[in-house]
Amino acid sequence: MSATLPVLTRKDFQTDQEVRWCPGCGDYAILAAVQSVFPELGVPRERFVVVSGIGCSSRFPYYMNTYGFHTIHGRAPAVATGVKMARPDLEVWVATGDGDALSIGGNHTIHMLRRNVGVKVLLFNNRIYGLTKGQYSPTSERGKKAKSTPFGSVDQPFNVLSLAIGAEATFVARSVDVFQPHLKATLRKAAAHKGAAFLEILQNCNIFNDGAWEILTEKELREDHVIGLEHGQPLLFGKDKDKGIRMNGLNLEVVKLGDGTTEKDLIVHDEKHPNPAYAFLLSRMEAQPGFPTPIGVLRAVEAPRYEDDARAQVDAVIAKRGRGDLEKLLRTGDVWEVK
Amino acid sequence: MATMEAPLRRRETLDEAVIRFCGDSGDGMQITGSQFTNTAALFGNDISTFPDFPAEIRAPAGTLPGVSGFQIHFSTKDVYTPGDAVDVLVAMNPAALKMNVADLKTGGILIVNVDNFKDTDLRKAQIVQNPLEDHSLDGYRVFGVELTKLTRAALKELGLDAKAMDRCKNFFALGMCYWLYNRSMNATHRWLDDKFKAKPVLAEANKLAMKAGYSYCEATEAFQVSYDIPPARLSPGTYRNISGNTALALGFLTASARSGLPLFQGSYPITPASDILHELSMYKDFGVTTFQAEDEIAAMTSAIGAAYAGSLAITTTSGPGMALKMEAIGLAVMVELPVVICDIQRGGPSTGLPTKTEQADLLQALFGRNSEAPLPVLAPQTPGDCFWIALEAACIATKYMVPVIVLSDGYLANGAEPWRIPASAELPAMPVKFRTDRQGFMPYLRDAETLARPWVKLGTPGLEHRIGGLEKQEGTGNVNYEALNHEHMVRLRAAKVQAVVAEIPDVEAAGDAEGDLLLVGWGSTYGAITAALRTVRERGHRVGHVHLRHLNPLPRNLGEVLKRYRKVVVPEMNLGQLLMVLRAKFLVDAIGLNKVQGKPFKQQEIEAKIEEVLQ
Repeated sequence: MSATLPVLTRKDFQTDQEVRWCPGCGDYAILAAVQSVFPELGVPRERFVVVSGIGCSSRFPYYMNTYGFHTIHGRAPAVATGVKMARPDLEVWVATGDGDALSIGGNHTIHMLRRNVGVKVLLFNNRIYGLTKGQYSPTSERGKKAKSTPFGSVDQPFNVLSLAIGAEATFVARSVDVFQPHLKATLRKAAAHKGAAFLEILQNCNIFNDGAWEILTEKELREDHVIGLEHGQPLLFGKDKDKGIRMNGLNLEVVKLGDGTTEKDLIVHDEKHPNPAYAFLLSRMEAQPGFPTPIGVLRAVEAPRYEDDARAQVDAVIAKRGRGDLEKLLRTGDVWEVK
Repeated sequence: MATMEAPLRRRETLDEAVIRFCGDSGDGMQITGSQFTNTAALFGNDISTFPDFPAEIRAPAGTLPGVSGFQIHFSTKDVYTPGDAVDVLVAMNPAALKMNVADLKTGGILIVNVDNFKDTDLRKAQIVQNPLEDHSLDGYRVFGVELTKLTRAALKELGLDAKAMDRCKNFFALGMCYWLYNRSMNATHRWLDDKFKAKPVLAEANKLAMKAGYSYCEATEAFQVSYDIPPARLSPGTYRNISGNTALALGFLTASARSGLPLFQGSYPITPASDILHELSMYKDFGVTTFQAEDEIAAMTSAIGAAYAGSLAITTTSGPGMALKMEAIGLAVMVELPVVICDIQRGGPSTGLPTKTEQADLLQALFGRNSEAPLPVLAPQTPGDCFWIALEAACIATKYMVPVIVLSDGYLANGAEPWRIPASAELPAMPVKFRTDRQGFMPYLRDAETLARPWVKLGTPGLEHRIGGLEKQEGTGNVNYEALNHEHMVRLRAAKVQAVVAEIPDVEAAGDAEGDLLLVGWGSTYGAITAALRTVRERGHRVGHVHLRHLNPLPRNLGEVLKRYRKVVVPEMNLGQLLMVLRAKFLVDAIGLNKVQGKPFKQQEIEAKIEEVLQ
C-alpha cells in the first residue's frame, strides 16, 4: 500500500446525485456498507470501477463517486470482463439484481464466474422485479403471486449460491442488507479475494416484496433460521448455540447438542475445501425443513485470474518472438515487386 | 513410345483466363484454388477470386450439396471480377460437373476425373445419363483423366494408404493447370514444405502428384496448346495476395500501432467473420487482446467495456450476430464510446445462407437500433480496401467518440486480390488524446468541431465520472429526463454523426462525369460494376459510376452528382436498400438492379440492365 495514499472517507465515495430508491429500500443499507468499506481498502478512488446492468440495484454506480457505468440489462458481467481484460490493475465491481444477473444476464454471469475474471459481483436478491413494478423473478418461490402471476408462479427458482458454485466460482458468499457488520465484513473478504467474487446480498423490497427475508432478519427468528459460516469453526446455530450440522452419508443433518452429541461431531467449516461439492451441499441446506440459511463465505479458493492468464500469454509471446513489427507483418508470406 | 516423338506443341498468348476448380468439400478445392491464385499473383497477373463452398463441413461425399468451388480470374489487364464464365473447368466428380458446367464457355476446357463417374457416383449426383457418354458435353474440349488412378500410380513408392494417396489428386489437377498456363510449381512447393513440416512424406506426395499432372499434359498428345498470360502492369510497389478478412485484421492492427491504443477484439465465432478472430489471435506479439466471448452480446459489450477502459475496441460478426448486438450498439451510441463493429454480411434472414454473400444488412446497420441511434457506416469495395476501411473506421470512431459499423460481405471476406503493401509514410496519423486535465472537466462537454465528448482513461485521478444508457444532461452527463434536453441530445448525437462528413471526400464519378446513366453501388459490387462500366462505355453509352464507401453520412456532393444523369441505377445484392435510402434522401427516381442468390453480380447482368434502361 502506498504511503502517500490520501486517507479516504465514506464521504469521498458519495456523489452529488440524489439517491432515488424508495424510502425504506434495502439498497440504502448496501450502499452505505459499500461506501464505508471502499475507503478502508487502500485503493485510490480512481482505481474503482462500478459496473451495473438494469434494475433498481443497477442505479448503484450513479451514487458511487468512482468510475461507473450503468450499462444495459444483464450485460454488466460482460462489460466488466472487457474492462478487466483491458485494465487488470483496476478494482472492478458489479452491482446487479436477481433479474439482471440470473434471468436476462444469466449467461454472462456463469461465464464470468467460470473464467474467474477478477470482478466482484454484488447480487442484490429481493426475489422480485422492482423497477418494472412487481413481476416474479428467477429467485421468487414457487406459487409466488405477483403482477404477471396472479394465480401463482409455476417456475422453479434458482438457488443463487448453488448456481454460482455450479459455475465453479472461486469465491461465493452471502450476507443480508440489514446485517451491517456482517455485510461489511463479507464485503472486505470479497474485496480481498483474487478472482471472481460472488456475493449474494439478501435485500428487502419494501414496496413489491416486503418481508421476503423476514424469517432471517426478525430478531426473534434470526438465531434459529440463520447459520453464520466461519472458516475453521463448527457449524453451530440456534439462540443458545445448541444446534449444529453434521454429515450423514451424503447428506447434511441438523443435530441437537447434548445426549452424547458434541461439537466434535459437527462439520468444521472449510471455505477453502478444494471440492466444490462441499460448498454446494451447504448452499442446498436452506431448502430442507428445519435447516437454517447459511450466510458468510461458503467457498474461497485460489485459482488463476482470467485477465492475468490472458496478459501472461501476450507477454510470453512477446518474450518469445519479440515485439511485433508491423512492416514485417504486412510483408508476411509470398510478396513480389512490381517495378 | 510417346516420348520418342514429342507431340507438336503451340504456345498461345492470351490476355486473361478464368479457371474454376470444383469437387467435393473434401477434395481440397479451396486449397487448389488458393495455390493457383498465389502462383498467378506471384507471377504478376492481376487476379480476382471467388471461393464458393457449402455451409456443411462435409456433406455426404459425391452429392450435390457437398460441391465446393474456387474460381480464379487472372489477367495481363486490370481485373475487377472473378469472371462471368470460365475457360477451364476442373470437375472432380459428376455432382461438381452438374453444378458448374453451365458456366463453362463454349469450346472451353473441361477436365474431368473419369474415375469418379461410376454408376454409384452418378446416382449420388442424381444423374441418369452419364454426361461423358451422352454427347451433352460436345460443345467443350473434354479431357477425361483417370485422376485417381494416375495419382495412385505416381505415389506408389511412398507406402501411403489409398485414402492418403487419393487426397493428393487435387494436386494432380493443379499440376495439369500449371502446365496449361506455363506456371512454375515453386511457390506451391514452398507452401507444401511449410504446411507439412511435421509430415514431410505428405509434402513429397503432393509434389509428386502435382509433377505427375504436369508431366501428364506434357506427354499426352491431347494437350496441344498451352497458354501464356503475361504479367499485368500494376502500379509499382511491393505486393501480396490478400483476402478481405485478412485485410481487416491487418488494418485494425495497423490502427492500433498508429494510434498507440492497445487493440481489443471481443468476438463470437460466426461464418464468414471468424477468420478475423483467428487472424488477430495470432498477433499477441502486437499486444492484441482477443476475447472469444460467450455470445454475440458479450462480444459487443466486452468491446464497450474495453473502449471505456481506453482500448481500441472492435467486434466482428455477421448478420444474425449483428441483430443480437444491436441493443449494445445503441448503448455505445448513447455513452459515446468508440467501438468498430464489422458485419461480414451473408445470405439471410435468420441463419440463411451462412457461406454465401449478400448485402442485405444495410438497413439493419443504418436503422437497426431502437429510437434515434445514428452512427457512421462504411463499406469496403475490394478485399484490399478492407485494410483501408478498418483504418478509417478506427480513425472516425476515436476522433468522434462514436461506434462505427463496417459492412463487408462473404465475397470480400474470402475473395482475394493482389494488394500493394503501403509504406509507413502512406499510413494516416491517428492522434488520440485522452483527457487528463481536471480543470473544467465534464464527461459530456464537447469538442467544438467534432462534437466528440472527452475520452478518459479509467484510473485517471480526479476525473471519476459515471456514464450509462439513461438520457443525460448535456455537459454534466447527469441523468436527465427533461423533454427539451432529450430532444436536444437526440439532435446532438445525430449532428455529431453528420459532422463526420468532414472526413469524407466528395464523390467523383468514374466514367462519364454526366450523361445518360449513373450506376451507384456500394461494397463488393465494385468490381462487377467497374467491369460493366468499361464495356458499356466502349459501346458508346455515356455512363458514370459512383461507388459509396461511406453510407452514413453520405458524401456531401452526392445529391448534386445524381442530378447529372438522366437515369440512376443501383445494383445491390438485396431487394433495394441503398435504393430506398437514395430515393428518400434525394427524391431521385432511381432504378434498382437486385440480385439475392448468394452469388456476386456477373458483369453481364449489369450490362444487360444498363442496356434495358437506356433503350
